Amino acid sequence: MSQYQPSARGYYGQFGGAFIPEMLYPNVEELREQYLDILADPAFQQEYQQLLRDYVGRPTPLFRADRLSQKYGAAIYLKREDLCHTGAHKVNNTVGQILLAERLGKKRIIAETGAGQHGVATATVCALRGLECVVYMGAVDMERQKPNVARMRMLGAEVRPAVSGSQTLKDATNEAIRDWISNPTDTHYIIGSVVGPHPYPDLVARLQSVISEEMRRQLLDQAGRELPDYVVACVGGGSNAAGAFYHFLDEPAVQLVAVEAAGHGVDTDKSAATSVLGRPGIIHGSRTLLMQDEHGQITEPHSISAGLDYPGIGPLHAFLADSGRARFISITDADALQAAQLVSRLEGIIPALETAHAFAALEQMDLKPTDVVVVNLSGRGDKDLDTYLRELHLA
Amino acid sequence: MINRFADLLARKPSGLLNLYITAGYPTLHDTMPLLRTLAEAGADILEIGVPFSDPLADGPVIQQTSTVALRNGMTLKLLLQELQGIREYLPDTPLLLMGYLNPVLQLGMEEFCRQAAAAGIDGVILPDLPAEEYAEFYQETFRKYNLRKVFLITPQTSEARIRRLDELSEAFLYLVSGPGLTGGNQTADQSVQQAYLQRVEALNLRNPRLVGFGIADKASFNNACQHANGAIIGSALLRALDGAADPHQAARAFVQRIRG
Repeated sequence: MSQYQPSARGYYGQFGGAFIPEMLYPNVEELREQYLDILADPAFQQEYQQLLRDYVGRPTPLFRADRLSQKYGAAIYLKREDLCHTGAHKVNNTVGQILLAERLGKKRIIAETGAGQHGVATATVCALRGLECVVYMGAVDMERQKPNVARMRMLGAEVRPAVSGSQTLKDATNEAIRDWISNPTDTHYIIGSVVGPHPYPDLVARLQSVISEEMRRQLLDQAGRELPDYVVACVGGGSNAAGAFYHFLDEPAVQLVAVEAAGHGVDTDKSAATSVLGRPGIIHGSRTLLMQDEHGQITEPHSISAGLDYPGIGPLHAFLADSGRARFISITDADALQAAQLVSRLEGIIPALETAHAFAALEQMDLKPTDVVVVNLSGRGDKDLDTYLRELHLA
Repeated sequence: MINRFADLLARKPSGLLNLYITAGYPTLHDTMPLLRTLAEAGADILEIGVPFSDPLADGPVIQQTSTVALRNGMTLKLLLQELQGIREYLPDTPLLLMGYLNPVLQLGMEEFCRQAAAAGIDGVILPDLPAEEYAEFYQETFRKYNLRKVFLITPQTSEARIRRLDELSEAFLYLVSGPGLTGGNQTADQSVQQAYLQRVEALNLRNPRLVGFGIADKASFNNACQHANGAIIGSALLRALDGAADPHQAARAFVQRIRG
């Protein structure tokens, strides 16, 4: 078995596991016992694949970005997850998990969201299947990602503000877990990233792995080779990166580049670069790299991007960082904003603020003309226009 | 070997009142004096909450007291220092530490157990340390320091798992009263709760059983005690301390309302 698959107890090396209070044990155990069988069931697969094709719009294009390629002196391809229904890769996971929830007999769905893309993707599939939907979102994030709050409400979801802590993604996740504890029988928690207790990191990685599955096929078709030299993706919790890396994990020739949010800089106290600033610790049921003080209290991260503003990373990514399998690069708020403007003007694509961090990393990579680079364009930037106009002085 | 839980049970097999306070609340150095006041007022067992930034199983009251305690400067290290010497004042009352796993792991599990045992702590509750991890990695350390581990069960816990958790628990089993967080309204449906407590009572477990979550007043305490050895109150006590001019007087009055 690949060393990048979790052990029976959900460990990637020393990271992972299921550190949950007993109140969650029946729910998580039910999921752990059943998720692999459900995912492998042909009837599930048929329904999932059909929804990915006809509802999400997969396969998403792989686009050769000529002007970016020219600027960086390498062949740069963009995996267009921004063209998924709802505007980001998040829906790959929610489509799969809503089908899973139905098979588990659940009637009510809860989710956390940072940038709002996972909340929108969850509200969307709940509308599609007629299930009740409650989304927890940090009060600060509700303010900075207003368009997504409006979309969730239009789709019929209830958006509940998380008002504890820094009122961002970590706190929204706390509130979602508390809701699950309080509703132990009828509710499924659709986690949006490769975080949380086992089996969530593996479940979400598998549901996002369609991204790299398509990349391999499309690269063979367009570049004459299945394996790129680099795959670049941004990491908050790390779901789009997990999907983009998944089918390349056991291909050592492919360099995996994970891009974290440095915020104001990794040497300041306003950062979210967990691989640099974190130590092993426990957050949301998983042992992973975690930003914390000397007493083990979780510290408040900062990023201009609501989707990367998280003090941990998924346990798979902690393992990729620890083992050196992936290279981690941190990008400041300012550099991400510049990259967003550059990509908008060179390629006619406005990326999400999260994705802009991945583009900014190209500046720090030593690329050769023969290199083939795939950037996972995880989401579109409509939700970030207010921030772009303000911060780039375009208003 | 000292076993204050067994001694207590021998003296008083039912109606046990276990009171929880957050260390460092309402002010940084209130913890030790408050423990003494609560014991003198009639608490049988005392549970000392180690504040954590992200208390997942706790409702708004303990979230708030934890935030205040952390802002006051409470840390696990400081608490363990303050606790050294507590046995001069409270020689017989069973004392528990309740907290989340991450601060304990940052100090180091062995170091945590060593200092807790040196202070005379009897038992530990770590809700996010699963039974499997405990049995494999930490049970020996707990035994070495004569620290007793308390596990939680809920109305959803299967009989097989209840028996497994009963085997691993050494002081008592913590029966979560219903679905919800600490300080919640789990006791709304008395018949459901009573049926659950009776079901667990009928299993003839080796550990005594204390009921917690949503126990707030004399009525809910007495109800919980009908089919268990006692009950645990935290949020309601902390609410009584909130803003009190004299927290000691408020604490004594609270215990009288439960006992009276």
